[in-house]
Amino acid sequence: MAEPLLVVEGVVKEYGEGVITRALAGVDLTLEKGEFAALIGPSGSGKSTLLNIIGLLDRPTRGRVVVGGQDTTGLDEEGLTRVRARTLGFVFQFHHLLPMFSALENVMLPAWGDEGVPSRTMKERATELLEAVGLADRMHYKATDLSGGQQQRVAIARALSRRPPLVLADEPTGNLDTESSNDVFELMRRFNRELGTTFLVVTHDPRIAERCDRIVEIVDGRIRSDRRVSPPT
Amino acid sequence: MPFEWFVALRYMRDAKGQTALILAAVSVGVSVIVFLSALINGLQASLIDKTLGSQPHVTLRVMREEPRPLVMADADRAVARAVQPAPQRLRSIDQWPLVMADAERTAGVTAAAPTIIGAGFAVRSDAKNAVVVRGVDPERYLAIIDVRKRMTAGRFDVAGGDAVIGAVLADELGVGVGDKIRITTTEGIDDVVSITGVFSLGNEGVDKTWVITSLRRAQALYALPGGATSIELKVADVFAAERIAGEVRGRTGLQADSWMKINAELLTGLSAQSSSKSMIQFFVVVAVALGIASVLIVSVVQKSREIGILRAVGTAPSRVLRIFLIQGAVLGLAGSFVGSALGALLSKLFEGIARGPDGGPKFPVQLDLQLFVFATVLATGVGLLSAVIPARRAAKLDPATAIRNG
Repeated sequence: MAEPLLVVEGVVKEYGEGVITRALAGVDLTLEKGEFAALIGPSGSGKSTLLNIIGLLDRPTRGRVVVGGQDTTGLDEEGLTRVRARTLGFVFQFHHLLPMFSALENVMLPAWGDEGVPSRTMKERATELLEAVGLADRMHYKATDLSGGQQQRVAIARALSRRPPLVLADEPTGNLDTESSNDVFELMRRFNRELGTTFLVVTHDPRIAERCDRIVEIVDGRIRSDRRVSPPT
Repeated sequence: MPFEWFVALRYMRDAKGQTALILAAVSVGVSVIVFLSALINGLQASLIDKTLGSQPHVTLRVMREEPRPLVMADADRAVARAVQPAPQRLRSIDQWPLVMADAERTAGVTAAAPTIIGAGFAVRSDAKNAVVVRGVDPERYLAIIDVRKRMTAGRFDVAGGDAVIGAVLADELGVGVGDKIRITTTEGIDDVVSITGVFSLGNEGVDKTWVITSLRRAQALYALPGGATSIELKVADVFAAERIAGEVRGRTGLQADSWMKINAELLTGLSAQSSSKSMIQFFVVVAVALGIASVLIVSVVQKSREIGILRAVGTAPSRVLRIFLIQGAVLGLAGSFVGSALGALLSKLFEGIARGPDGGPKFPVQLDLQLFVFATVLATGVGLLSAVIPARRAAKLDPATAIRNG
């Protein structure tokens, strides 16, 4: 069997000195290529912390994270940034686009910020993605001039702009009405199907979770259940 | 466009108000530096110019005569002696043409001229004035002090043993071009010279006493056939005069005085002026640096969520650092351009307003390329340096926290 895309091994995360708060109490998780998994749990269960650690935005107190075969334990900030730039895509709850930049510039951002100078391919790729998310006509709009659903679609295009094997989404539909929610979710499923991108979606919407292939539930910093969802017939 | 430049310029463009304010502050700072430097440099240059308008850069003359005991002690005679300062008489420099050729070969010396400088009286009917007689070799002398440019009447023509005299002296004696005056020297020789021109070097003492004639005529007036009492030098860099004087002194064994030594007080004044200028510049620089730093720190705080996003989607900390360094440098650079223009304008206005009685500028300002280059490099450097703290702060932001807390 091929090497898993993501391996989380015995990850513990503690905050504070003296009074220690344990956010994660030993988490093991493996994601295979092409999976579409939901991460659920009550607030304060540690799911955001886990997502940040998997996203290399935060370091575990103990344990290790292997992304795309690379152990990230010993990397410095520049090294983590490089792995993040090349293997991970992010979709945040509040889209987090750069407000004064156009949709196109926002989508080009990850590649541009990593490589330094813009290239023709960068722009072509970004244009294609914006077409794919149905925003071809809004390409040069400023992020702040787009609706919530449109912004989140731009955010998905941005997350996918470098064809990362793994996309992490933190409540991607948490802020949207039902229709936009549905659009955004379908968009992610489509990229999962068409590009084989692996998704890990944090959500507390059970309807969203049920439409994923796998549901991982985390409670009090531990994984309580991890089950496959039978495909809808 | 490189990513850092793109983001930096976009940030500055978006925060128009902030950018405009800090740009104005930098510009004002730079214009103060430019204006102040132009004014003080101009003032100093014109002071030095005036001083050197009637003075050679270096003057060589024979050493003063040492006091000598009149009776020498010998083996069987002890002598109680009274030593008195020797009276100084006018003496010629031994073999002055050789000495002059030697001095002329010294690096940094651009011209040399032999002179006889002596005292005497100028007499015309009842008027009697103490004068300084300078016998010169016209061609060589004009290379040292260009009297020809400062003629108020007649022309500089002393070749035939005629004389040109200072304007104040001419006035006091009531003479003009074509008149004759009688010169009585300290050697007791007197002679009549005709005046071919009147000059004004802008120095009262000079214009009131100087009588310039030919070297040959002066040799006759002071009974120094073929002699010259001093050799005057012009050097390329006026502030190297003292060093060159030292060198020539060592080579010739003559007494060599530079204008810097003779005008030590002026130089002290100038250097005090320069240090006060540096001090003002220093405080302006500090104020500008604090301004840029504080604006950028505010900008880092305002943009911390965006910086977090940039970091999260794969922008390295070093690039974030550069984004803010670039902003500092660009603010400094842009401010220096505006400030230089403003400072130049201010200087010109000031020069135009403050006019002396003769219609010329009272405060000549000196604007040169060097000053603008200095201001530009200074402001850009200061911008870059003051951006260091904000930029490091931005680069160190923890992306997860920054995104969460904004």
